[in-house]
Amino acid sequence: MQTLIQNLIASGAFGKNPPSGLVAAIVVFVMSLVVFLVVAIPFAGIVTWVERRVWARIQSRVGPNRVGPQGFLQWVADGVKNILKEDIVPDQADARLFKLAPYLVMLAFALPWAVVPFSSSLILADLNVGILYMTAVTALTVVGMLMAGWGSNDKWSLIGGVRSAAQIVSYEIPAGLSIFPVVLMTGTLSMQGIIRGQGWAPQHWFLFANPFTFVAANILYMSSLAEANRTPFDLPEADSELVAGFATEYSGWRYAIFFMAEWGNLFIVGAIITTLFLGGWQFPHVTNNLVAMNVLEVITFVVKVLFLVFVSMWIRATLPRVRIDQLMTACWKYFVPIAFVNMIGTAVWVAIWPDGNVATGYIMFAAAIVFGAVFIRRVIYYLRRSGMEVYLNPAI
Amino acid sequence: MSAVSQYVHNIKNTVSTIFEGMAVTASHLMRKPYTVQYPDRMPVRVQDTLPFRYRGILEVDLEICTGCLACERACPIDCIVIVADKDQQTRQLLLSQFDIDIAKCMYCGLCSEACPTGAIHHTTEFEGADYSLESLIRRFVKDPVIAYKAKKGPETDPKLAPILARGMTYLEQWAPPGGEKPGGEEPA
Repeated sequence: MQTLIQNLIASGAFGKNPPSGLVAAIVVFVMSLVVFLVVAIPFAGIVTWVERRVWARIQSRVGPNRVGPQGFLQWVADGVKNILKEDIVPDQADARLFKLAPYLVMLAFALPWAVVPFSSSLILADLNVGILYMTAVTALTVVGMLMAGWGSNDKWSLIGGVRSAAQIVSYEIPAGLSIFPVVLMTGTLSMQGIIRGQGWAPQHWFLFANPFTFVAANILYMSSLAEANRTPFDLPEADSELVAGFATEYSGWRYAIFFMAEWGNLFIVGAIITTLFLGGWQFPHVTNNLVAMNVLEVITFVVKVLFLVFVSMWIRATLPRVRIDQLMTACWKYFVPIAFVNMIGTAVWVAIWPDGNVATGYIMFAAAIVFGAVFIRRVIYYLRRSGMEVYLNPAI
Repeated sequence: MSAVSQYVHNIKNTVSTIFEGMAVTASHLMRKPYTVQYPDRMPVRVQDTLPFRYRGILEVDLEICTGCLACERACPIDCIVIVADKDQQTRQLLLSQFDIDIAKCMYCGLCSEACPTGAIHHTTEFEGADYSLESLIRRFVKDPVIAYKAKKGPETDPKLAPILARGMTYLEQWAPPGGEKPGGEEPA
């Protein structure tokens, strides 16, 4: 970002000796708009379509395939439909809270994009407290959801809002504790600093740095799913018991905003895990061309994020919703103690090997490959046992 | 079981069951969907995949209709209206009306069971949606036609023979398996 601003000033696009603060402000403003309008919102839309397709295929269905090629424009159709619908505010609702709530949820979805490190130079603001900022602003969702639940003046909304508050506040703790091991190893909270502490090769990722970080990555992923209200932790929405939870009374554009934020948050979840454990945008240095290098890094980053998004869809199609007491048990009796053990274990590990243990990385990566191979064998076993026709073409 | 081993056991169970579950769903992801994309994305029309005895919309082969009115009498809801009169000059049975109200028909199949030649039969056609009730009445007689008269021995007219053969096959196949067959012996 800094180099971009300096280059712009040097190129004379803003006249001679422009105030650098103004140029920086314009660049940051334009960049935020681009990131939000070109990346965030279309991503949230397209991911709904991808999710419905993936989910449908797992359930031996086809999914939306009529609007546009293979139903790709389904999200536009849904968005247009939602805009055209009446925006109803219930008579007994607290109108001010009711109207404000979706925008707070939207804000909690918009703010994290500021510190998403797309590549070595493509990041809106490389804050020195980046990951802390990330966890802080994503937790803002709870305010919006609680506000929506309370403001709707509806029992389902209220229960949904309270559940969401309980869930997000609880899962912040294992999530925060699972970030600590990485911070302990790098000694920085900055997103770029954390990525620079890793290498492009899997054995240099923090995921495989030691057994504790591996467990921490899994706990962080599950906690993030819980914070993003994803199945199996979608209790605030729980269609079968709460109709639509905190969003029950919403319609039209406000409803669309809630769900845009929900699906868009998947990218944020993926970005956090990718940054902390999967080596972020790290790519082998193949060229000195800055632009080409950045493009490769962006692709690396986005592919990793999309993989995690796909896994979350896959989990959603696999696991049933947990009960509220199971949710709390999982958090307080399992995730929190294990996350503490991870933290202490990593601290001891760093004390013994301050520069990391290279052999562990290779051993754990090899173990992960073996694990993956066993998994693929199981998949093939189930595929064979079903005796069904194999159809790998995503289009149908 | 002590608390600690229960705790470890729970974690182990969670991980192993999620592992198996994810493998099952991954295998489902690679299977061909069951969905039949009716009506526009079919390799063959659904009508062509249905069995011969499928009870779709009724049809009459007027060429082999004897005008016996058996179907009209068999119909429990009176959706068949037939007008058959003796022509005074030629002494032949003249069919001047044969209407089936598809809106009323309940696809019970009693009419096609009663028909001696298999002239009235169900087709595999089922897409009968229309804009008015009147257009659902199928009128099979445009101009009055002479009713078919069964001959002794096999049918000799090359035009009628295949139609009659089809009708008789239909009647034969109509009989439920193991039940009473038309022209067959009584079941034990």
